[in-house]
Amino acid sequence: MDFDITEEQELLQETIAQFVANECPPTRLREIFDGETGYDPALWTGLIELGLGGITVPEEFGGAGLELLDLALACETLGAGAVPGPFLGHSLAGLALQLAGSDEQKKTWLPRLATGEVIGSVAFAEGGTAWQPEEWQLGGDDKLSGRKLHVPNASLADVIIVGTVGGGLALIERAAAGVEIKQIAGVDRTRRLEELNLDGVEAQILPQGSGVAGRLRDAGLLLLSADAFGGANRLVEMSVEHARTREQFGVTIGHFQALKHQLANMATEVEPCRGLFWYAAHAFDHVQAESERSAALAKSHITDVYMQVARDSVEAHGGIGFTWECDVQIYFKRAMFDRAFLGMPAVHRERAAVLAGW
Amino acid sequence: MDLSYSEEYEKFRSQVRTFLEAHWPPKDSETSREDQTARFRQQAIEAGYLARSIPKKYGGSEQEADVLKAAVIREEFRRVRAPGEVAGIGPGMLVPTLLDRGEEWQKEKFVAPTMRGEIVWCQGYSEPGSGSDLASLQTKGELVGDEWVINGQKIWTSGAQHADYMFCLTRTEPEAQKHAGISYLLIDMHQPGIDVRPLKQMNGSADFNEVFLTDVRTPKDWIVGKRGEGWLVSRTTLKHERNMIGNAEQSALMFAGLVDLARKTQRNGRSALQDPSVRQHLVEIEGRIKAHQYSGHRQLTKAAKNQDPGIIQLMNKLNSTNIGHAVAKLSIELLEDDSLLEPGSRLPDSELDLSGWMNQYMWSLGIAVAGGTANIQRNVIGERGLGLPRDAAVQRS
Repeated sequence: MDFDITEEQELLQETIAQFVANECPPTRLREIFDGETGYDPALWTGLIELGLGGITVPEEFGGAGLELLDLALACETLGAGAVPGPFLGHSLAGLALQLAGSDEQKKTWLPRLATGEVIGSVAFAEGGTAWQPEEWQLGGDDKLSGRKLHVPNASLADVIIVGTVGGGLALIERAAAGVEIKQIAGVDRTRRLEELNLDGVEAQILPQGSGVAGRLRDAGLLLLSADAFGGANRLVEMSVEHARTREQFGVTIGHFQALKHQLANMATEVEPCRGLFWYAAHAFDHVQAESERSAALAKSHITDVYMQVARDSVEAHGGIGFTWECDVQIYFKRAMFDRAFLGMPAVHRERAAVLAGW
Repeated sequence: MDLSYSEEYEKFRSQVRTFLEAHWPPKDSETSREDQTARFRQQAIEAGYLARSIPKKYGGSEQEADVLKAAVIREEFRRVRAPGEVAGIGPGMLVPTLLDRGEEWQKEKFVAPTMRGEIVWCQGYSEPGSGSDLASLQTKGELVGDEWVINGQKIWTSGAQHADYMFCLTRTEPEAQKHAGISYLLIDMHQPGIDVRPLKQMNGSADFNEVFLTDVRTPKDWIVGKRGEGWLVSRTTLKHERNMIGNAEQSALMFAGLVDLARKTQRNGRSALQDPSVRQHLVEIEGRIKAHQYSGHRQLTKAAKNQDPGIIQLMNKLNSTNIGHAVAKLSIELLEDDSLLEPGSRLPDSELDLSGWMNQYMWSLGIAVAGGTANIQRNVIGERGLGLPRDAAVQRS
């Protein structure tokens, strides 16, 4: 019995946390959040130099060859710092190629994704709640036409993995003829969303796509869960810090039970989520029979907790919490992203019920 | 991350299994179930599986503390429904306290019969005016000659109506500051001057009592620790392998019952388990329970490595309370009109134990209050876990 992460994994998290503290402190985060693109090339390059471009990419293709749990732990730490940029889509694009690509495709793209020479993203949603592989309608041959919504950092990405009809996967290059990208005013300015319009765009079909699109979705659910845990945990810390410094009636407001109890409730909801995403990631790597359902449970539970904790954090900060200048709102909006991206909690709870045979 | 046990522990597990196959359930039908249970416990102690933290001379099996072995024993005993240690406040609280702070004669006299369930204890802590602020208690103990003379009233005393002895906090040093004036006394419940009055609970049963003490007597040396140190003595917690883990397994069992209830409940001609809102609620609760279970695994892992479990431990009770409430709440939704019935009643034609759920619904409140109310738990988490300052305007001496 060893329900814990390893020393190497702790070290990975510490290294990322240190980097984030130096390179993306709240002031810098704010500048990027308020900026044009939600992207900072220097910050991205720094993350790539830490090896985050290819955590799960096999060593033969220039990555670290680690597991999804390692990638999730990285996401937790980036989530704690609300680190902006294309990391989510980039990681999922790499996973898609690993899981579904031909040897040739892997050889062509994985090393370049790992070294950051190219940035990746994924395009799943087609409007409404159609996020899941079985709902994709976009045509499945090697000339793709149609529309994909909510593509993270599409105009930054060099390659985009597109979900196609029947749960297939195909790779397109952003620079290819027939690709048009429209900006969407997304709620989370740390992860800009765009609309992708394809008109007879040349695509490379990933041969294993239809078998593994569900697994790719599950990986996405896990990365969102990990980000949500990291963010929720940080919000508890920020709120506790505020309660320990802000004074009213001559004492710090953390003296007052109403607030103390609210903070205790927040912490009590958040802390157990750690094991939930750990186990779900572990199941993805090692217990395939439980992988899909565990991912659905983790995503629905943890992103709900993140949203509630974000609301409570605004309250705990009082008036300032409701302002644009308070960092809580950046996390609040990431919570909205994590909760909605790849499908709302209710969707995954229903899937979990079906998977339980209920 | 590895949820399996190492070879050493799997070997230990097979020893436990072999033992259980030989001894449980008992083969003979001559003796009473009670005698069979008592004999099985004795065999399990001799084999080193029960009373592990208790020295042999006091009736235990004196094993080295090992949380993983304890977990294996728990799993295997539960699997075949073999009796574990005698439950209750005597083995759970008095025995560890005596082992840590008691006189030799006290250990010899009380530990073994308590562990065997031959004598039963109740805990005299709370008083009508002293609940969360326990140190304000007023029950007086006065040394007169060779005896303590005790006067006062205790309340919420679980099992006092069946108890042989009480371990009791009394104010023996009226001049001292509030925490410093308390002594930990042992009292024989079978004597004049003790008046036990059951308190009827909202679910109709009576587990708690008021205990009135009028000129109750106990020998001078039936004190644990020194005069005025009762507060510290009552705070004694030994490193106790069996108390390490929250009761996530209990929550999981309750949840399985809840799914079963949903499956068997009919709504509009089909099972409530097919109802989208019921499905949503069930998975929501399951997410909480799984998270709680994994926290238990983390705690176990940390304990096995001698690491401080930190804030997880402080959260166990509140988490269990919240889960218990969520389960009970959904069960009442499923019972619909049957929740008009009193706990303990039973529908003549129903195969479901509805009364159990009504009891559960009310008990989920009892749990929220017992052993420190949920709000006190929140204070503990806030102050000890999150490092927030103590409440404004509360003077603690």
